[in-house]
Amino acid sequence: MTSQIGDVRPRRATVCDALICIVISLCAAGGAQAQTHAGQYEQPDIEYGARLYASNCITCHGERGESIPGVSLGSNKFKRAASDRDLVGIIQNGIAGTAMPPNSYADPEIAAIVAYLRNMTRYDPSGTAVGDAARGREIFFGKGDCARCHRAGGSGPRYAPDLSSIGTMRTAATLQRALRDPTDALIPINRPVRAVLRDGKVVTGRRLNEDTHTVQLIDEYEQLVTLEKASLREYSVTTAAQMPSYANVLNDAERADLVAYLLSLKGID
Amino acid sequence: MLRRISAAALAALLLSFAVQAQVTFERLLNASAEPQNWLSYSGSYLSQRHSALKQIRPSNVGELELKWVFQAQSLESFETTPLVVDGVMYLTEAPDTAVALDAGTGRVYWRYQHNPDAAARPCCGRVNRGLAILGDRVFMATIDAKLIALDVKTGQPAWQVDVADASKGYAMTLAPLVIKNKVIVGVAGGEYGVRGFIAAYDAATGDEAWRFYTIPGPGEPGHETWADGGDAWQHGGASVWVTGSYDPALDLTYWGIGNPGPDWNPTQRPGDNLYSDSVVALDPDTGELKWHFQFTPNDDYDYDAVQVPVLVDLRTSDANSGKLMLWGNRNGFFYVLDRTTGEFVRGNPFVNVNWASGLDERGRPIETPQGPDKITYPGVQGGTNWYSPSYSPSTELFYVSAWENYGSVFKPEDTEYLEGVRFVGGFPGSPIPGIANLPGVRRGPINNWTEALGNGAVIAIDPKTGKQRWRFPTTDVSSSGILTTASDLLFTGSREGYFYALDARTGTQLWRASLGGQGANGPMSYAVGGAQHVAVASGSGLFVFGLRK
Repeated sequence: MTSQIGDVRPRRATVCDALICIVISLCAAGGAQAQTHAGQYEQPDIEYGARLYASNCITCHGERGESIPGVSLGSNKFKRAASDRDLVGIIQNGIAGTAMPPNSYADPEIAAIVAYLRNMTRYDPSGTAVGDAARGREIFFGKGDCARCHRAGGSGPRYAPDLSSIGTMRTAATLQRALRDPTDALIPINRPVRAVLRDGKVVTGRRLNEDTHTVQLIDEYEQLVTLEKASLREYSVTTAAQMPSYANVLNDAERADLVAYLLSLKGID
Repeated sequence: MLRRISAAALAALLLSFAVQAQVTFERLLNASAEPQNWLSYSGSYLSQRHSALKQIRPSNVGELELKWVFQAQSLESFETTPLVVDGVMYLTEAPDTAVALDAGTGRVYWRYQHNPDAAARPCCGRVNRGLAILGDRVFMATIDAKLIALDVKTGQPAWQVDVADASKGYAMTLAPLVIKNKVIVGVAGGEYGVRGFIAAYDAATGDEAWRFYTIPGPGEPGHETWADGGDAWQHGGASVWVTGSYDPALDLTYWGIGNPGPDWNPTQRPGDNLYSDSVVALDPDTGELKWHFQFTPNDDYDYDAVQVPVLVDLRTSDANSGKLMLWGNRNGFFYVLDRTTGEFVRGNPFVNVNWASGLDERGRPIETPQGPDKITYPGVQGGTNWYSPSYSPSTELFYVSAWENYGSVFKPEDTEYLEGVRFVGGFPGSPIPGIANLPGVRRGPINNWTEALGNGAVIAIDPKTGKQRWRFPTTDVSSSGILTTASDLLFTGSREGYFYALDARTGTQLWRASLGGQGANGPMSYAVGGAQHVAVASGSGLFVFGLRK
């Protein structure tokens, strides 16, 4: 398969790419403070960065950039970087004493990776529509009735997954898919479980964690429960999500607004 | 005070300590005669990871208790297999620190920290899997591709050599193998377009004795299997990152060779790409190739043959010599080879495999590529990987940590080679579209490895038939090696943080401890003061168990 961006593949000795120049000049003016990044990055760079990330970074950092403790690439929580210049330095030089190695990327490649890191959760190769977050919030608490099961902004029920930081964890496309087909988009660890104890008592809940011998769940009373599998009469995991599909409940524009609101939920930071 | 101790009492006192004699090549040859020690990475030259100790047995394994814990300073994956020599344990912690400690208490005698060059760029973690020992030196291979000899009593370096250029992507993570007076290592870097090699160094001086390139150069047999007509062979990977084995009678050393590069784009390197994904048999004195067997020609899937070659003497109906090599390969097939000639005896899938429908009469896969839109089994981490299997001469079974029903979606891309830059040719995708949980080599406290991605299992295979005898399934996959003992116990760790003792004949769980961290080394066993111990890594700790007194 030929890369779609093969014809813009960088040369090794490329001089300072325009984007890097912009980044450096911004840093020179603004110091190492966190920056506003909206509109700063070109879509081709973000796409190229996504490919580079998938080839080079994903093994350690994970698909959503959450695999290293204390580092959340998707929500731009870095241990040692604030500015894009910091990121460029780390990508080039690595971090001594850690598993982060130095890399010999050409300038445009580094620019692309930074562009992708700054847009990880927003990057959407499918072109998913993102509407208005304020209207989406009204739908969340109103017509969509999402708040009946989900928690957002630190309040609400806990039986369904807490969405207070969902904007740092999911792309627009994944959120849209979850609204249209919740079962298809249900992350396997979140699947509902049903257990029958030795005394016949039935426990149902959302799975939080599981190993060979135990399962951790939050039950319908919002209790955190650990079950020893060896002591259960029955244990089953359901692949079907309990959330209804919003494919027909909301129209395209309403779902786009809801996606925008969900993307805006980034925890308390 | 000392004068009051009688000569007899003093003699008794001294005898209570093991005599710390030098480890000679003869001792390495006869390692099975001193099962209280663990003298090389795989326990012996045959690499069976089998201990002849019997003090811990099925009837008392429930009385195991924690004796001590060694906490590594590094939080990197703790993949070392300790050596134990006459009461002293030698291990490594990431990235390149050697430690000598008392095998009875875990208290440290010395610690030598090599600070690797900042240019080092190991693909997948700054790990180290352990040391080799000969005479009064231990040998450590480093992630910046240096080989260092350290004094066993003080930890001071005796010599250090550059094996390769770390800035080009060469690295070393394996435990060296000592044969005769040579220290043999291989280089990692298969994700950076290196040209892999195995090299031997004089244990006394560090002088290079020989070098075997795992990709034949122009004019050498096998060079024609890099058929692009260009320079693919120069950047074709074929790294070597797991320790080899040795048959003293045949005087052959066997090494598993890694994937060709770029990993996932075979169209850039047409041909079989020898000796990637192969086992090679070399003359340990000269490095001369005696035979090879390739498991996965023109690999699409990163199916490194980076498993420890397990050597067993076992008569089966269809093997001529009875001198066999057993190999649970990353590509999902279990192989039995004749280790005298390299001839294929048999092969069977031990996990779900769909990239090939089977093996032909010479062991070559009958390929059934799934293409970039379908799930290929096994996935990119393989049906198993680098962590050591075990063979028990008592049960005559081969044991392997398997990743069952685990697949990836492979997406090849054309990739330009640039020195020191990752050269992988695409990426393996999650089998679950649009959802995280890309299968990884390590896990955190929350298990994302669910039924949707497959499961782990310890599998027992009968090498006489290639058939599975029993399996011990686990929810998460395992990156732990396996130890068997002469008392028919099997020990293994897990990514879930459990440490298990199973019945090696039936797979029944006899005992387990919850240690909380990923087990990413191979358990080993030794005895000190007459008491058998079993050591396993969990998280950044080495946990050592023995029987309750």
